[in-house]
Amino acid sequence: MHALLFWILAALAIIASVLVVGQRNPMYSVLLLIASFGALSGLYVILGSPFVATIQIIIYAGAIMVLFLFVVMLLNVPTEDPATGYHARLLGGAGPRRFGAVLSILLAIELGWAVTTKVQPTMFPSGEARAQMTVYDIGLKLFRDYSFAFEATSVLILVAMVGAIILARRERS
Amino acid sequence: MSWVPEPTLNSYLILSAVLFAIGTAGVFLRRNLITILLSIEVMLNAVNLTFVAVDRYLNAVDGQIIVFFVMTVAAAEAATGLAIVIALFRHRETLNPDAFTTLKW
Repeated sequence: MHALLFWILAALAIIASVLVVGQRNPMYSVLLLIASFGALSGLYVILGSPFVATIQIIIYAGAIMVLFLFVVMLLNVPTEDPATGYHARLLGGAGPRRFGAVLSILLAIELGWAVTTKVQPTMFPSGEARAQMTVYDIGLKLFRDYSFAFEATSVLILVAMVGAIILARRERS
Repeated sequence: MSWVPEPTLNSYLILSAVLFAIGTAGVFLRRNLITILLSIEVMLNAVNLTFVAVDRYLNAVDGQIIVFFVMTVAAAEAATGLAIVIALFRHRETLNPDAFTTLKW
Protein backbone atom coordinates (compact mmCIF):
# COMPACT_ATOMS: atom_id res chain seq x y z
CA MET A 1 0.00 0.00 0.00
CA HIS A 2 2.79 2.39 0.96
CA ALA A 3 4.64 1.50 -2.25
CA LEU A 4 1.68 2.43 -4.46
CA LEU A 5 1.13 5.61 -2.45
CA PHE A 6 4.80 6.55 -2.91
CA TRP A 7 4.65 6.28 -6.70
CA ILE A 8 1.36 8.21 -6.89
CA LEU A 9 2.66 11.03 -4.68
CA ALA A 10 6.01 11.13 -6.48
CA ALA A 11 4.24 11.45 -9.85
CA LEU A 12 1.99 14.18 -8.42
CA ALA A 13 4.99 16.13 -7.06
CA ILE A 14 6.90 15.91 -10.35
CA ILE A 15 3.89 16.83 -12.53
CA ALA A 16 2.95 19.76 -10.29
CA SER A 17 6.56 21.02 -10.23
CA VAL A 18 6.88 20.78 -14.02
CA LEU A 19 3.64 22.75 -14.39
CA VAL A 20 4.92 25.36 -11.88
CA VAL A 21 7.94 25.94 -14.11
CA GLY A 22 5.91 25.72 -17.33
CA GLN A 23 3.23 28.27 -16.41
CA ARG A 24 3.27 31.81 -17.74
CA ASN A 25 0.78 33.04 -15.15
CA PRO A 26 2.43 33.32 -11.69
CA MET A 27 -0.94 32.87 -9.97
CA TYR A 28 -1.30 29.34 -11.38
CA SER A 29 2.34 28.67 -10.51
CA VAL A 30 1.73 29.49 -6.83
CA LEU A 31 -1.40 27.32 -6.64
CA LEU A 32 0.33 24.38 -8.38
CA LEU A 33 3.29 24.71 -6.02
CA ILE A 34 0.87 24.31 -3.10
CA ALA A 35 -0.30 21.03 -4.73
CA SER A 36 3.33 19.94 -5.03
CA PHE A 37 3.89 20.73 -1.33
CA GLY A 38 0.84 18.64 -0.44
CA ALA A 39 2.30 15.65 -2.34
CA LEU A 40 5.66 16.10 -0.60
CA SER A 41 3.88 16.29 2.74
CA GLY A 42 2.30 12.89 1.99
CA LEU A 43 5.78 11.52 1.23
CA TYR A 44 6.98 12.79 4.62
CA VAL A 45 4.11 10.93 6.28
CA ILE A 46 5.16 7.71 4.45
CA LEU A 47 8.70 8.31 5.69
CA GLY A 48 7.41 8.41 9.26
CA SER A 49 8.00 12.14 9.91
CA PRO A 50 4.61 13.59 10.85
CA PHE A 51 6.28 16.67 12.36
CA VAL A 52 7.87 17.67 9.05
CA ALA A 53 4.66 16.85 7.16
CA THR A 54 2.68 19.14 9.46
CA ILE A 55 5.03 22.10 9.32
CA GLN A 56 5.30 21.62 5.55
CA ILE A 57 1.57 22.29 5.30
CA ILE A 58 1.36 24.97 7.99
CA ILE A 59 4.50 27.01 7.23
CA TYR A 60 5.11 26.39 3.53
CA ALA A 61 1.61 26.06 2.10
CA GLY A 62 -0.03 28.19 4.79
CA ALA A 63 2.39 31.06 5.32
CA ILE A 64 5.03 31.36 2.58
CA MET A 65 2.73 30.60 -0.34
CA VAL A 66 0.10 33.03 0.97
CA LEU A 67 2.85 35.67 1.06
CA PHE A 68 3.59 34.87 -2.60
CA LEU A 69 -0.12 35.05 -3.45
CA PHE A 70 -0.39 38.47 -1.79
CA VAL A 71 2.52 39.80 -3.83
CA VAL A 72 1.15 38.34 -7.10
CA MET A 73 -2.20 39.99 -6.44
CA LEU A 74 -0.59 43.26 -5.28
CA LEU A 75 1.59 43.64 -8.36
CA ASN A 76 -1.18 42.53 -10.74
CA VAL A 77 1.17 41.23 -13.44
CA PRO A 78 -0.71 38.21 -14.75
CA THR A 79 1.53 36.99 -17.53
CA GLU A 80 5.18 37.02 -18.41
CA ASP A 81 6.53 39.63 -20.82
CA PRO A 82 7.76 38.25 -24.12
CA ALA A 83 11.42 38.98 -24.69
CA THR A 84 11.83 42.20 -26.66
CA GLY A 85 14.52 44.33 -28.23
CA TYR A 86 18.18 44.19 -27.35
CA HIS A 87 17.79 41.85 -24.37
CA ALA A 88 15.71 39.44 -26.45
CA ARG A 89 18.73 38.81 -28.62
CA LEU A 90 21.28 38.93 -25.80
CA LEU A 91 19.73 37.12 -22.82
CA GLY A 92 16.19 36.04 -23.63
CA GLY A 93 16.91 34.56 -27.06
CA ALA A 94 16.47 30.93 -28.00
CA GLY A 95 20.17 30.05 -27.70
CA PRO A 96 20.82 30.95 -24.03
CA ARG A 97 17.45 29.53 -22.95
CA ARG A 98 18.16 26.24 -24.70
CA PHE A 99 21.58 26.22 -23.05
CA GLY A 100 19.92 26.61 -19.65
CA ALA A 101 17.53 23.73 -20.37
CA VAL A 102 20.43 21.52 -21.47
CA LEU A 103 22.34 22.42 -18.29
CA SER A 104 19.45 21.46 -16.02
CA ILE A 105 18.85 18.15 -17.87
CA LEU A 106 22.58 17.43 -17.51
CA LEU A 107 22.29 18.15 -13.77
CA ALA A 108 19.38 15.68 -13.47
CA ILE A 109 21.30 12.99 -15.37
CA GLU A 110 24.41 13.57 -13.28
CA LEU A 111 22.53 13.38 -9.97
CA GLY A 112 20.64 10.28 -11.10
CA TRP A 113 23.89 8.65 -12.23
CA ALA A 114 25.57 9.43 -8.91
CA VAL A 115 22.66 7.96 -6.96
CA THR A 116 22.22 4.82 -9.06
CA THR A 117 25.79 3.76 -9.73
CA LYS A 118 27.64 4.72 -6.58
CA VAL A 119 25.05 3.57 -4.05
CA GLN A 120 23.47 0.12 -3.95
CA PRO A 121 19.64 0.19 -3.71
CA THR A 122 19.12 0.22 0.04
CA MET A 123 15.93 -0.66 1.83
CA PHE A 124 14.79 1.34 4.82
CA PRO A 125 15.01 -0.25 8.27
CA SER A 126 11.72 -1.77 9.37
CA GLY A 127 9.04 0.41 10.92
CA GLU A 128 9.23 -0.78 14.54
CA ALA A 129 12.43 1.10 15.39
CA ARG A 130 11.06 4.23 13.74
CA ALA A 131 8.04 4.41 16.00
CA GLN A 132 10.32 5.31 18.90
CA MET A 133 11.25 8.62 17.24
CA THR A 134 8.43 11.05 17.97
CA VAL A 135 7.97 14.80 18.14
CA TYR A 136 9.08 14.46 21.77
CA ASP A 137 12.57 13.39 20.64
CA ILE A 138 12.70 16.20 18.06
CA GLY A 139 11.83 18.75 20.75
CA LEU A 140 14.45 17.41 23.16
CA LYS A 141 17.14 17.48 20.50
CA LEU A 142 16.08 20.88 19.14
CA PHE A 143 16.20 22.63 22.52
CA ARG A 144 19.31 20.82 23.83
CA ASP A 145 21.78 20.18 21.02
CA TYR A 146 20.51 22.79 18.57
CA SER A 147 19.46 25.52 21.00
CA PHE A 148 22.03 28.02 19.70
CA ALA A 149 20.94 27.49 16.09
CA PHE A 150 17.31 27.83 17.18
CA GLU A 151 17.98 31.20 18.85
CA ALA A 152 20.03 32.31 15.83
CA THR A 153 17.07 31.62 13.51
CA SER A 154 14.89 33.87 15.67
CA VAL A 155 17.38 36.69 15.09
CA LEU A 156 17.42 35.81 11.37
CA ILE A 157 13.62 36.06 11.16
CA LEU A 158 13.69 39.41 12.99
CA VAL A 159 16.34 40.80 10.62
CA ALA A 160 14.41 39.52 7.58
CA MET A 161 11.23 41.15 8.86
CA VAL A 162 12.90 44.54 9.42
CA GLY A 163 14.69 44.25 6.06
CA ALA A 164 11.46 43.44 4.21
CA ILE A 165 9.71 46.45 5.77
CA ILE A 166 12.59 48.79 4.88
CA LEU A 167 12.96 47.44 1.33
CA ALA A 168 9.27 47.57 0.47
CA ARG A 169 8.69 50.99 2.07
CA ARG A 170 7.40 53.68 -0.27
CA GLU A 171 9.95 56.49 -0.34
CA ARG A 172 8.57 59.97 0.20
CA SER A 173 10.50 62.68 -1.61
CA MET B 1 0.08 -5.44 -4.09
CA SER B 2 3.24 -7.21 -5.14
CA TRP B 3 3.27 -5.74 -8.64
CA VAL B 4 4.29 -2.32 -7.30
CA PRO B 5 8.05 -2.07 -6.70
CA GLU B 6 8.87 -1.20 -3.11
CA PRO B 7 10.48 2.29 -2.90
CA THR B 8 14.05 2.24 -1.64
CA LEU B 9 16.22 5.05 -0.34
CA ASN B 10 17.45 5.51 -3.92
CA SER B 11 13.89 6.12 -5.17
CA TYR B 12 13.58 9.05 -2.80
CA LEU B 13 17.01 10.38 -3.75
CA ILE B 14 16.21 10.17 -7.48
CA LEU B 15 12.85 11.89 -6.94
CA SER B 16 14.68 14.62 -5.04
CA ALA B 17 17.24 14.97 -7.85
CA VAL B 18 14.47 15.27 -10.47
CA LEU B 19 12.67 17.94 -8.43
CA PHE B 20 15.93 19.85 -7.93
CA ALA B 21 16.61 19.78 -11.70
CA ILE B 22 13.08 21.04 -12.40
CA GLY B 23 13.76 23.95 -10.02
CA THR B 24 17.05 24.72 -11.76
CA ALA B 25 15.31 24.65 -15.14
CA GLY B 26 12.79 27.16 -13.79
CA VAL B 27 15.53 29.53 -12.66
CA PHE B 28 17.19 29.26 -16.09
CA LEU B 29 14.11 29.41 -18.31
CA ARG B 30 11.57 31.76 -16.73
CA ARG B 31 11.56 35.51 -17.29
CA ASN B 32 9.48 36.44 -14.27
CA LEU B 33 11.02 37.26 -10.90
CA ILE B 34 8.15 35.68 -8.92
CA THR B 35 8.35 32.39 -10.84
CA ILE B 36 12.12 32.35 -10.32
CA LEU B 37 11.58 32.68 -6.54
CA LEU B 38 9.01 29.85 -6.73
CA SER B 39 11.57 27.68 -8.57
CA ILE B 40 14.02 28.30 -5.71
CA GLU B 41 11.32 27.05 -3.32
CA VAL B 42 11.02 23.87 -5.45
CA MET B 43 14.79 23.34 -5.10
CA LEU B 44 14.67 23.87 -1.32
CA ASN B 45 11.88 21.30 -1.05
CA ALA B 46 13.87 18.77 -3.07
CA VAL B 47 16.72 19.13 -0.57
CA ASN B 48 14.27 18.77 2.34
CA LEU B 49 13.07 15.46 0.87
CA THR B 50 16.66 14.19 0.81
CA PHE B 51 17.14 15.19 4.45
CA VAL B 52 13.99 13.40 5.60
CA ALA B 53 14.70 10.24 3.54
CA VAL B 54 18.26 9.90 4.85
CA ASP B 55 16.97 10.71 8.33
CA ARG B 56 14.56 7.77 8.02
CA TYR B 57 17.36 5.56 6.73
CA LEU B 58 19.69 6.41 9.63
CA ASN B 59 16.82 6.31 12.13
CA ALA B 60 17.71 9.73 13.58
CA VAL B 61 15.89 13.04 14.10
CA ASP B 62 18.69 15.43 13.10
CA GLY B 63 17.52 15.57 9.49
CA GLN B 64 14.06 16.71 10.53
CA ILE B 65 15.59 19.49 12.64
CA ILE B 66 17.68 20.62 9.65
CA VAL B 67 14.47 20.67 7.57
CA PHE B 68 12.94 22.92 10.24
CA PHE B 69 15.87 25.34 9.88
CA VAL B 70 15.68 25.19 6.07
CA MET B 71 12.02 26.20 6.27
CA THR B 72 12.91 29.13 8.54
CA VAL B 73 15.55 30.32 6.10
CA ALA B 74 13.09 29.84 3.20
CA ALA B 75 10.57 32.06 5.00
CA ALA B 76 13.21 34.77 5.54
CA GLU B 77 14.34 34.46 1.91
CA ALA B 78 10.77 34.72 0.61
CA ALA B 79 10.04 37.80 2.73
CA THR B 80 13.15 39.75 1.68
CA GLY B 81 13.01 38.49 -1.92
CA LEU B 82 9.41 39.58 -2.37
CA ALA B 83 10.16 42.95 -0.77
CA ILE B 84 12.97 43.43 -3.32
CA VAL B 85 10.58 42.37 -6.12
CA ILE B 86 8.06 44.98 -4.97
CA ALA B 87 10.74 47.69 -4.80
CA LEU B 88 12.00 46.77 -8.30
CA PHE B 89 8.47 46.74 -9.71
CA ARG B 90 7.92 50.29 -8.40
CA HIS B 91 10.97 51.46 -10.31
CA ARG B 92 10.48 49.70 -13.64
CA GLU B 93 6.84 48.53 -13.82
CA THR B 94 8.01 45.09 -14.99
CA LEU B 95 9.06 41.77 -13.49
CA ASN B 96 11.35 40.77 -16.36
CA PRO B 97 14.83 40.18 -14.86
CA ASP B 98 16.42 41.29 -18.15
CA ALA B 99 15.18 44.81 -17.39
CA PHE B 100 17.32 45.02 -14.25
CA THR B 101 20.79 44.85 -15.73
CA THR B 102 22.03 48.13 -14.25
CA LEU B 103 22.61 48.47 -10.51
CA LYS B 104 21.75 52.17 -10.39
CA TRP B 105 19.26 54.37 -12.23
